[in-house]
Amino acid sequence: MNSHNIMFIVLAVFIALSSFMTVLTKSIIRAATYLLFVLLGTAGLYFLMGYTFLGSVQVMVYAGGIVVLYVFSILLTSGAKDVVNNRTKKKVFFAALLSLVGFATVLVVLLKHGFKAAVLSAPEEGGITIDSVGRFMLSSGQNGYLLPFEAVSVLLLACIVAGLLIARKR
Amino acid sequence: MLFDFNVISQWLHGALTSVMPEWAAILTESILVALAIITLYAVFAIILIYMERKICAFFQCRLGPMRVGKWGLLQLFADVFKMLTKEIISMRQSDRFLHNLAPFLVVIASMLTFACLPWNKGAHILDFNVGVFFMLAASSIGVVGILLAGWSSNNKYSLIGAMRSGAQIISYELSIGLTMLTMMALTGTLQISEIVEQQYAEGWNIVRGHVPAVIAFLIYLIAGNAECNRGPFDLPESESELTAGYHTEYSGMHFGFYYLSEYLNLFITAGIATTIFLGGWAPLHIIGLDGFNGVMDYIPGIVWFVGKTLFVVFLLMWIRWTFPRLRIDQILALEWKYLVPISLVNLVVMAIVAAYGFHF
Repeated sequence: MNSHNIMFIVLAVFIALSSFMTVLTKSIIRAATYLLFVLLGTAGLYFLMGYTFLGSVQVMVYAGGIVVLYVFSILLTSGAKDVVNNRTKKKVFFAALLSLVGFATVLVVLLKHGFKAAVLSAPEEGGITIDSVGRFMLSSGQNGYLLPFEAVSVLLLACIVAGLLIARKR
Repeated sequence: MLFDFNVISQWLHGALTSVMPEWAAILTESILVALAIITLYAVFAIILIYMERKICAFFQCRLGPMRVGKWGLLQLFADVFKMLTKEIISMRQSDRFLHNLAPFLVVIASMLTFACLPWNKGAHILDFNVGVFFMLAASSIGVVGILLAGWSSNNKYSLIGAMRSGAQIISYELSIGLTMLTMMALTGTLQISEIVEQQYAEGWNIVRGHVPAVIAFLIYLIAGNAECNRGPFDLPESESELTAGYHTEYSGMHFGFYYLSEYLNLFITAGIATTIFLGGWAPLHIIGLDGFNGVMDYIPGIVWFVGKTLFVVFLLMWIRWTFPRLRIDQILALEWKYLVPISLVNLVVMAIVAAYGFHF
């Protein structure tokens, strides 16, 4: 038992409870709030493993970006007071089927994966500095990500242009 | 030479590990650090509120609080006790849980950012390799708190106010990110301790980066002021025109949290400006005057850091009490039509300066 294991258990329980609440709550804006907790807890796990860049990106993109976007769109549409209540039998059946398949897949992956007990013992920032992330991002070599990086930039540019096209004054 | 805080932290770690196992020692240290953050948070809130009231008074040719204690020094404590004993009213048909949660999200975001500040050589709490990026990420959690506060108040004015503040903060984050990027192009590192060490060795960034750094500093001050809902951008404060903002329905200490985080965000904005532009805890050095530099090194780093930060706070308060309040469309136009283009051009200029080595 060391402090990392204690922190891991705290975070794991926090994430599990928040994800249950995300699904179980009736109010859509509360679901978004619990989702924020799940994402923050995941960021906490990344920090625990020493992946500070990944953790910061998780907080920046998901907590500060996606959830804000969700909350904004819930507030701007009339959905804030929407309560999920129109449950037809067909919907319930398909939802149950989908979650069963998902649960089975996660279970199989978990059982087949050989977990190592000692992985969490020494979190170090050492290997993955922001410098190396930047170099890999802009390298076209073996482990380079230049092509996906540029492709995503083009995609984002297309999104911005499309947004301007929709929002322009006629 | 300059005092190194590592001496104290290593002595504490050694003393704790000699009486208890390693994990318990780390846990104890974490709790001590958390207590230190919370205490500093409260102390600086009190200092800043007193400073704000006095400076505001002097700008308006008044004296400010004078009755409670000498020069009104105890006024703030009276205010704090008043705030603590006030009733927390809950709205009918509002989402209680989110209503109570929202102020804590705002406070947590500002405390996480507060923990990134470098207080002295060796005295930083969170010092990641991605420091500045983490700081920007942590400060972006606060927007969720503001939006939830507006929605859960079950009040249309609050909701509209939350939308206004949310749009304002999200927009101005862009300028802050771009100015940070500009300065990172100069420093070449994101680790806050390294940024300050570098400035200690080679001079403050605002001098090293000359023209683009000064432009970035000015843009950062404007955007930082808008980011903490202050200065000419304090729409939530305009209760007579706009029925205040997202915190209209909050009372007692829940309102107190917003108040607290507003002042601490001011301190954090000034602290980041100090760290990135004005050398953090690095003393004032003038090339060629070695005797003068030696004397300056005897002043501890924390005095330099807090002194420079309070100076930047004074600049921000000066702006606040001088300019009239902007309308929301003017605020957004200022950001998107002026600050963002200027900072983009500034980024290119800084890239040229850094690439060709035109800096000092």
